[in-house]
Amino acid sequence: MTLLDLVALLPLIILTAAATGIVLLMAVCRCHRTTALFSMAGLGLAVISLPFANSMAPNRAVTPLLMLDTYSFFYMGVMFVSSFVIAALAYAYFEKQDGRREEFYVLLLTATLGAAFLSASSHFVSLFMGLETLSISLYAMVAYTRDRRDSVEAAFKYLVLAAASAAFMVFGMALVYAEAGTMEFAKIAAARGALEQGNHLVLLAGCAMMVVGIGFKLALVPFHLWTPDVYEGAPAPVTAFVATVSKGGMFALLLRYFVLIDVHQYPSLMFLFTAIAVLSMFFGNLLALLQDNIKRILAYSSIANLGYVMIAFLASGHMAVPAGALYIAAYFITTLGAMGVISVMSTKERDADSFADYRGLFWRAPWIAAVFTAMLLSLAGIPLTAGFIGKFYVLAAGEESSRWIGIAALVVSSSIGLYYYLRIVLTMCESAEDEAPVSRPSWTEATVLTGLAAALLFVGVYPGPLIHAAETLVASIL
Amino acid sequence: MMLICIVLIPLLAGVIAWAIGRQNPGAARWVCLLACAIDLVILLTLWNNQAAMAAFAAGGPWLMQVNVPWVPALGISFHLALDGLSLLMLILSAFLGIVSVGCSWTEIKERVGFFHFNLMWVLAGIMGVFLAMDLFLFYCFWELMLVPMYFLIVIWGHENRIYAAVKFFIFTQFSGLLMLLAILALYFLHGHATGTYTFDYDLLLGTKLGSGAAKWIMLGFFAAFAVKLPAFPVHNWLPDAHTEAPTAGSVILAGLLLKTGAYGLMRFVVPLFPQAAIDFTPVAMTLAVIGIIYGAVLSFAQTDLKRLVAYSSVSHMGFVLLGVFAWNRIALQGAVMQMICHGLGTGALFMMVGAIQERIHTRNIEKMGGFWEVAPRMGAIAMFFAMASLGLPGIGNFIAEFLVLLGSYQANATMTSIASLGLVLGSIYSLWIVQRVFHGARENQAKLPDFARREIALFASLIIALVGLGFFPQPIFKTADPALSKLQQLAVAGQGAVQVSEAKHSGGNS
Repeated sequence: MTLLDLVALLPLIILTAAATGIVLLMAVCRCHRTTALFSMAGLGLAVISLPFANSMAPNRAVTPLLMLDTYSFFYMGVMFVSSFVIAALAYAYFEKQDGRREEFYVLLLTATLGAAFLSASSHFVSLFMGLETLSISLYAMVAYTRDRRDSVEAAFKYLVLAAASAAFMVFGMALVYAEAGTMEFAKIAAARGALEQGNHLVLLAGCAMMVVGIGFKLALVPFHLWTPDVYEGAPAPVTAFVATVSKGGMFALLLRYFVLIDVHQYPSLMFLFTAIAVLSMFFGNLLALLQDNIKRILAYSSIANLGYVMIAFLASGHMAVPAGALYIAAYFITTLGAMGVISVMSTKERDADSFADYRGLFWRAPWIAAVFTAMLLSLAGIPLTAGFIGKFYVLAAGEESSRWIGIAALVVSSSIGLYYYLRIVLTMCESAEDEAPVSRPSWTEATVLTGLAAALLFVGVYPGPLIHAAETLVASIL
Repeated sequence: MMLICIVLIPLLAGVIAWAIGRQNPGAARWVCLLACAIDLVILLTLWNNQAAMAAFAAGGPWLMQVNVPWVPALGISFHLALDGLSLLMLILSAFLGIVSVGCSWTEIKERVGFFHFNLMWVLAGIMGVFLAMDLFLFYCFWELMLVPMYFLIVIWGHENRIYAAVKFFIFTQFSGLLMLLAILALYFLHGHATGTYTFDYDLLLGTKLGSGAAKWIMLGFFAAFAVKLPAFPVHNWLPDAHTEAPTAGSVILAGLLLKTGAYGLMRFVVPLFPQAAIDFTPVAMTLAVIGIIYGAVLSFAQTDLKRLVAYSSVSHMGFVLLGVFAWNRIALQGAVMQMICHGLGTGALFMMVGAIQERIHTRNIEKMGGFWEVAPRMGAIAMFFAMASLGLPGIGNFIAEFLVLLGSYQANATMTSIASLGLVLGSIYSLWIVQRVFHGARENQAKLPDFARREIALFASLIIALVGLGFFPQPIFKTADPALSKLQQLAVAGQGAVQVSEAKHSGGNS
């Protein structure tokens, strides 16, 4: 291992060190504020180290396991910033709670580490390592408010289903290995050429079983059953994490793996992914109509949103990579904002996830309501928000490679989806009987929400820089 | 720069109104009134600038434009441009802006600041639509005017407002997405063919498209504009939205929002896809005629006064659709005239309904009657606008409908003959309003104060405008003519290009 390898690994090393550091810190002093600040500092440092690592050791394969290229650094950047925001939200959220709060930040950092590992992995072993690091941390995070029944139930559900899907995934890997004789993505892609004349059945079966594991993490239909329960049961900052970072890592991996093996060669896999995408869009948007709980609505909305981004994935490479990256970045900002509002509105006893909590919010707390409305409009893809830029790019990518089925599904299902976003906005507009003002958000919360709203509008109004960054990823992966 | 100011002024006024509305609602109203007035003055000054007009008529590109790169990576620019057509629509917008602030002076009592914020932003969005010459920017404005309109209906609307607002939003958003797809398709086809990927209207004009692609892309645009217009099968968001919106919302909806659809047809559909539009003409004209007759018949069947006026809009806007697809000089002039006169006339009728509702708290025609005795000024004014609606000579609407019929007769005599029945039906429902509301026995004993000075002033300005247009339509024609004939030339050039390319194509095959 050379020095340059270490430089390339720097972001991951910083994260690991920060996690270890917190454990040691807790042995000395248990102070919520210090721990939170420490973890945020760690994440901040990791973000700062990314451009440094990218310029010093560009596109470097460290051992066969990890490919630390611009592509993975981009996703890491997005995920680290998200975790940073989540740490800030969690600090404000857990300040309202009793009990031990410091361990949460260890779990947050290890989970982020797992997701970062996923985005950089180029080998089945690192894939599985990343996946498990992420999942195991998440089980504990979901159940972190352990005196709430819903949280424990959600954690168990997640544990059982995640373990089952991981088993599928490992079996799929074994099948691919049996056929291709290697676990490195690049070599599998090369081996495929040699396999041209033979039958692909085992390879395809292996890929299909891996799709189960991937689809589970991304909450795509039909592997979505855990989503609403976990979103509802988990404390709001954890829900934000499940919705963003944990999906981001897996999406980065999915795109990399299937671009490398050139999924367009296999009509059957393409059919499978198209079906998954279309089903996710429709199931997500239709089922969200039936919900009476804001967190569950957002859960179904996330299912639909991941369905949209699958269109980017189905498009051909040079548009797919930037479209996916843009959509993920926009989706992260939006989801963090929406979950952030829920987290800010939550009290010690329960999360603010019923419609009653938001009735008349426009008159009780105009600023929070305005932020929430902006986030919901972004999810609905209205211009001048980040969400529109993401959707625009996904549509462009889809049209460019003529994925008409996916596009038609997107147009129809997202129009249906408008209804439930508007329903939330509507509730906030209603005049409440008791216009009791909401308790003032803390300084941290106000900063986070303002920052996210500003980011949302900035990307929506001036998307140039982000588009440029996303376009550069193509060169690194293809 | 001036163009940016025109859009920016209402945006800023909206923010200021929101900020000061809580402490001082009156000041919020004045700020918005002032903003619209400033816009109107700027626009009228532009209109008065004979030199620029003459230069444009002589073949200059635009009266005025700004073009700054926005997202150069994708060929998106912030391109606003003004020609006679946009100018007329902008003047109408600023004028109706003043009217709608004026007509909500006493009607809106709650959350005044936020109301005016939405009112100003919807106005800015509409002005943006009339100015945007970059398709991406156009789409942004197109969607931007939806959100504040939604809030206007949902917060200050009447009984069934939520249903109406959601329906309005989903209809327009869905059709808007179809337009976005069409824009993207055009973008890629143009890019593949020429190597320049751009959303700029000027550059996209004359894109050579295969007839299949042109048809589908044209339909995408047409869907969005037909919903806004509204054309026959997709009109049914309109009665709900118009009926449930507060008066100012209805005035903006009928007066301006519907015009964006007509404007889109003139600006984009025919010039960008001339051949496809010509092939589509029989269908569009049929839809227009159905809309004219159907709207008028349904209008007659309503018991809700506001709904009646709303359906009459469907009928009137049918004439615009007919005129646009006849695509000759006379019919287009008529369509532009109809857009302006319908904006003023129907806006006034909605204000009339709003005023009645504010006084007697119902819109049900059955519960009205005999109002002339107690409120003669109201009656006389209503009489005037009913006459305007049925197209009495001497009022702008007559000129408009007459020209549309005259122009489309050359294009399609059968359709035009059927459409002219709309005028007869129009007289029936217009007179019906006057008869049922102002004459007959007085059943409703609610107090009905006659119009006060503010209302008289508002209606008087509308009456003066309509009569002025009726007797002196020439300034409108003169302003619109260079813009319209340029659009016609573009269409002819584009059509020629298509024919040439298709001829080449078939030549290559044989």
